[in-house]
Amino acid sequence: MEGTSFIFPNDGHPAWSFMIVLYPYITGLVAGAFVVSALYHVFHREELKPVAKLALVTSFCCCAFATLPLLLHLRHPERCLQVMITPSKTSAIAGFGFIYNTYMLVLVVEIWLVFRPAIVERALTRGGIVGWAYWIAALGVTKISDRARAVDDWLIRVLAIVGIPIACVLHGYVGFLFGAIKSNPWWSTSLMPIIFLISAIVSGIAALILLYLFICARRGVTADPACVSALGRYLWLFLVLAVTLEGLELLQMAYEAGGEWEVLSTLLTEHLAVSYGIIQVLIGSVVPLVLLLSAFGRRLPPRLISTLCAFSSLLVLIQVLAMRWNVVIGGQLFSKSFRGFIDYTPEWLGREGLLVGIVILCLPWITLWIASKLVPIWPETPETT
Amino acid sequence: MLPILNDGGCGSGGGCGTSGGCGCQGPSPDSGELTEAEFLRSRRDFVQKASTIALGAISLTILPATSTESADEPSSGGLSDTPTYGFLVDTEKCVGTGKCLSACRVENNVPEGNARTWVERYIHYKDGTVQVDTVPETGYSESETAAAIDSDKVDRAYFVPKLCNQCEDAPCNQVCPTHASITSPEGIELVDPETCIGCAYCVQACPYGIRFINHETNNADKCTWCYHRIKREETPACVEACPTGARMFGRIDDPNSEISKRIAAVPTRVLKEHLGTHPKLHYIALDGEVI
Repeated sequence: MEGTSFIFPNDGHPAWSFMIVLYPYITGLVAGAFVVSALYHVFHREELKPVAKLALVTSFCCCAFATLPLLLHLRHPERCLQVMITPSKTSAIAGFGFIYNTYMLVLVVEIWLVFRPAIVERALTRGGIVGWAYWIAALGVTKISDRARAVDDWLIRVLAIVGIPIACVLHGYVGFLFGAIKSNPWWSTSLMPIIFLISAIVSGIAALILLYLFICARRGVTADPACVSALGRYLWLFLVLAVTLEGLELLQMAYEAGGEWEVLSTLLTEHLAVSYGIIQVLIGSVVPLVLLLSAFGRRLPPRLISTLCAFSSLLVLIQVLAMRWNVVIGGQLFSKSFRGFIDYTPEWLGREGLLVGIVILCLPWITLWIASKLVPIWPETPETT
Repeated sequence: MLPILNDGGCGSGGGCGTSGGCGCQGPSPDSGELTEAEFLRSRRDFVQKASTIALGAISLTILPATSTESADEPSSGGLSDTPTYGFLVDTEKCVGTGKCLSACRVENNVPEGNARTWVERYIHYKDGTVQVDTVPETGYSESETAAAIDSDKVDRAYFVPKLCNQCEDAPCNQVCPTHASITSPEGIELVDPETCIGCAYCVQACPYGIRFINHETNNADKCTWCYHRIKREETPACVEACPTGARMFGRIDDPNSEISKRIAAVPTRVLKEHLGTHPKLHYIALDGEVI
């Protein structure tokens, strides 16, 4: 029935801000990058070898800052450990601490094993404090036999196998956080965890394509065409899956046209028209799908393929951020009265402001650069340049 | 002395005006009865100890979901020593004075910009449109009253007070990661101010928009049916302030209580029944337009 706008008194401001948009975005990069590394370590996709180490360390660098948006969001960050000290078995958030720490443990051990030869080599060749630091990092073991190396490789594979479901759970559960909220029809769908997971993989692949091409350009080497092509094809495949799932979810809501569809359709057409219709669907999904398809449909020069992949990846990263925004913020733009909407413009300054968000988004890449000074992360120069 | 719940305990207008003299925080004058603060403290101690054991068993959490499991056995009279409370709103009696709203704000120190309870006014026009707004805490001015609206155009109009539904299967309690959202033995949903991390997950989960983040305490805040008052065998402040008896509070586990008799005598409804939260807040003559 038509009528005047009305929102509940406590619905005037979104309880979850831009930081809760960033949190699933960063954990998505964590999961996506890990999946790429696992494609090489577990499924032996040799064409991904140039980015295998980069993917692993990227996953770690993103994971290291995944909790930062949450801490900034909490009204009582000093009590954050309560989540692990007095966890509630019925709360999805309570599982985060345990899943996150398990994943970090797997990731750290796997990274240590992958870089052990380099650490040992530096422990033996570097002098002074630096040499001692590497010796400690090597846990005092400076001899690596072929047999030890074989055991390392076996362990890396085991950890990569174990890490895949943990990474998937880490991000799938983020989708569950929203999907299990029955009070919100925009969130409450069983597809939500799957959509979050697939879009996480999409964002991880896109980030790695951009990183790889950027690093190669900075180092003055040619990117491996086979690697770029493979990453581009994986990106297209997972983007198709993500777009299909997101489309199906919306189609089902519209087709069922339940009691809340009226408010959801208004949300989409009026309040999320730009961020959803134009940015997420058109610019972030349709354009990269077409560009990627055109890149592989014909015999194009590798340089052009790389350019198309890079541009598509950039758009896809924007798409995933827009998707997170549309879910998190979009779900709070209408009141639980289902009779009214609120306006939300994120603040630039402040603890949960855009400026802090931009800094958080930069931190993983700064950490990656620092890590590259400590261990050989960058892909080796391909033989054919 | 432990800080009282977010509901602020006794406000300046609701009782003694001090935190210690009214009995809402300090030891109960009646031995054997737990005050709100004592209940929370014992609850917190239990959770801490249980968690230590649980962590020792490598995060195999064995914490109980709520404290309602410890409800007393029925006494010889057939009634439990621990009462179960319910709330009944008669929308036909509410005339929108707003007295309940100001009483709640004063009693519970509710910050401006948020509300633990509010009253919605619905005006159905003959052209099919519905106007909804909230009753001001000072009541409507003459220019705002239904009388000032062209009665020829109005089909019907009514008021609907909103407050916490104290759901038996409370989504807010379910999602709280730290056991800060707890259920009192009487079935009242409370917030432990020392355990709440302010994540606002409960705010998102509440289907009725009752919860909010209190920007003075940085904790989740909500209507508790004035738990500190009902522990003193008083009625909630809004019930006491209502001049028309539109708000009724009492034991729903006692078939002889006024509220039980009323619920048995007239048809009642709950809000958003399809969500399966099983509210203990019932409405008489609730229009289907109300969400």
